[in-house]
Amino acid sequence: MIKERKKAPGIVDAVNMQLQLKPYEHFVLDNSVPVYAVNAGAQEVLMLEWVFYAGNWYEEKNIVAATTNFLLKNGTKQKKAFAINEHFEFHGAYLNRSCYNETAIITLHCLSRHLPQLLPVVAELMMESIFPEDEIAIYKQNQKQRLEVNLKKCDFIANRLIDEYVYGFDHPYGRYTSTLDYDNLERGELIKYYERFYQRGNCLVFAAGKTPPDLAQQLNKFFGDLPFNREPSPAIDHLAKPAANHQYDILNDANGVQGAIRIARQFPNRHDPDFARVQVLNNIFGGFFGSRLMSNIREDKGYTYGIHSYLQNHIHNTAWMIGTEAGRDVCRATIEEVYKEMAILRNEPVGKEELDLVRNYMMGSILGDLDGPFQIIARWKNYILNGLTEEYFYNSINIVRTITAEELQQLANKYLQPEEFYELVVV
Amino acid sequence: MIEYNRFVLDNGLRVLVHEDPSTPMAVVNIMYDVGARDENPAKTGFAHLFEHLMFGGSINIPDYDEPLQRAGGENNAYTTNDLTNYYCQLPAENIETAFWLESDRMLSLAFSEKSLKVQKKVVLEEFKEHYINKPYGDVWHKMRQLAFTKHPYRWMTIGKELSHVENAEMDDVRNFFFKHYRPVNAILVVAGNVKTENIKRLAEKWFGEIPMGDKYQRNLPTEPRQTAARREEVHAAVPLDAFVKTWHMDARLDKGYYTADLLTEILGGGGSSRLFQSLVKEKQLFSNLDCYHFGSVDQGLVAVEGKLVKGISMEAAEKAVQEEIDKIASEKVSELELEKVKNKTESVIAFEDMGVMSRANSLAMYELLGDAALMNTELERYQQVTVDEMLQTAREIFRNDNSNTLLYYSNNR
Repeated sequence: MIKERKKAPGIVDAVNMQLQLKPYEHFVLDNSVPVYAVNAGAQEVLMLEWVFYAGNWYEEKNIVAATTNFLLKNGTKQKKAFAINEHFEFHGAYLNRSCYNETAIITLHCLSRHLPQLLPVVAELMMESIFPEDEIAIYKQNQKQRLEVNLKKCDFIANRLIDEYVYGFDHPYGRYTSTLDYDNLERGELIKYYERFYQRGNCLVFAAGKTPPDLAQQLNKFFGDLPFNREPSPAIDHLAKPAANHQYDILNDANGVQGAIRIARQFPNRHDPDFARVQVLNNIFGGFFGSRLMSNIREDKGYTYGIHSYLQNHIHNTAWMIGTEAGRDVCRATIEEVYKEMAILRNEPVGKEELDLVRNYMMGSILGDLDGPFQIIARWKNYILNGLTEEYFYNSINIVRTITAEELQQLANKYLQPEEFYELVVV
Repeated sequence: MIEYNRFVLDNGLRVLVHEDPSTPMAVVNIMYDVGARDENPAKTGFAHLFEHLMFGGSINIPDYDEPLQRAGGENNAYTTNDLTNYYCQLPAENIETAFWLESDRMLSLAFSEKSLKVQKKVVLEEFKEHYINKPYGDVWHKMRQLAFTKHPYRWMTIGKELSHVENAEMDDVRNFFFKHYRPVNAILVVAGNVKTENIKRLAEKWFGEIPMGDKYQRNLPTEPRQTAARREEVHAAVPLDAFVKTWHMDARLDKGYYTADLLTEILGGGGSSRLFQSLVKEKQLFSNLDCYHFGSVDQGLVAVEGKLVKGISMEAAEKAVQEEIDKIASEKVSELELEKVKNKTESVIAFEDMGVMSRANSLAMYELLGDAALMNTELERYQQVTVDEMLQTAREIFRNDNSNTLLYYSNNR
């Protein structure tokens, strides 16, 4: 009996599993707004996302895009903020908005049967928001206070600064907010941004869950005649201006017991053939619980609760990032170990056993990640917004299955060069 | 309606199977009936530290994670004041790997000195990251000590102080394991693309031989009914004053739990809630204000927590919160308001039940509470609550004598 327990049961290698990305249904509203829908799931729930090209890529002044997005539901010509919130909450629905770099999104989660009551109010937010002065004032005051609390946190500071070093402060990916930005914000700027990037903006819709059979008609009824997608978004080029100095030590809190460490380098976007290949290398390096960084720095040395590396999810250009919070006295030692692990990946090919494990882990992880309509549409959304097709999905899987130790070592030599990285510790 | 089959092995391990052929995955979830409330007051934080040690190798398998990852699986775990839960998800074809791993660590850990040494450090960093190196990080340490005088909800899951974790020894680890991590104190839920017959066979094969162990008899000190309001002031290097107040509420299975849950929604759940509308938007006394409860198995706490707008006095803020509390404890909520929070609850439950992992976790949780079938009657219990019961429960909870107030002042003023 004991003997049997020492031996692992047989497994089906996940690399041999057939992974399918469930296709979306596609239709276009009368105003040419494209809709992508995944109908799946047992629960009577639905998620709808309206994606506008209204992120901070298009703003001329800091935080105009984020503030416009945030205040969309704080008052329309017909309804005060309270009435809007009450309407969605009474139907057990959640209306969220979030602002990213290229895009800004309005998301509705609801029970499918309530859609007819909810859609007209969503449309109202896109066409009739008025950004009342008192709501702006409350927003400024509360956001400033929130910022003040966040500025006490070393991880918050580190996340801001590392992006600034990699992209430059004038780049939408590198910019961040100060209290002064809130003070300088004016209502007219929000309205102008709203008119151009929402009312006359460019929009795509994603739907997932138990979609009603008449989804197309319902969407067309409330959104099909809105003046979207008539003129293209302005073509704006933002050039990254990375910092000259590569090493930073910041003291934010003299009594801090931990330091936030960030180590990052510039990296090309998903259209570069190395992007999908480096995903495999990144997993080995610091991309999951069994990665080398985690095994060495957490599980062997106990310097940190967690250490992770990842490629940032940006559309234009991106960065390869390593992040952790480590004990103040072991920050330096942690950074040295990160560079040591880079060197090992450059100098030695990854062993077969480790590579097989990572292949299986990644395949299982993708399989698990395709479980459920919200996850499937999230993957499609990411592809569509990045100008990719399902070919990217099947190509990535093929890379996971076939990339060799030699190729990984070449990639390590190409990218894991310490002098290319920015290094930051915030205590 | 969540369907499941249930059987019990001879050694007392309860097994629940939820078949869902729509997913290619399987979830294996093991819940142990032990949490921070079961700790020795001089050795707090142990249940959580122990959770880390469960990944440090078992008697026949040196490493838990590696074979699971090789099988295409992922896993995690969490500890609360009430329970400890381990879950993994992997392609359904490879489910036996999860049985092999989970049964071996239920059979016995390896009790590795190195693992104990490293995981103590890891947990200390976790403690620092979340509770020391964060502004307001100690609020709930202080509030729990104020609100509970006897019940072990007095301390947080992470532990009362760093030294308790630092001082943990291998003997503690061994004793804890053989006291709590026995089949008779555990619940196994398997969900996803699986068949009950096959799970029965695998459960017998891998878990059947593990000695039953003694049923843990929980005998916790009950918290005496609070008879006088308690208050505490803190001065700390934080940018803003904060106000935190709690009241004792009913235990998880009591009728009053459901009413209390709906009361917190009316007071603090979202943009149309009373506290947010009145005190953040209209009076602008707080920059944020929430009302919630902890979902505790034993009698827990309803909490109101917020940060004051600069320049507002603590007295004015507290008075305004009290006015809203007095209102809900003296006037019936409207039928429409009650309907709103019931609708919200309905959709929260529907969204929760979307993921197979979440369904497995809920089944284990309700089985731990006494009956997995409760999962399918939850919504009904919420639907039955009336506006009269809302008033009655609000009156009981929001007595001044039942309150604990923490005034957290900024030193920076």
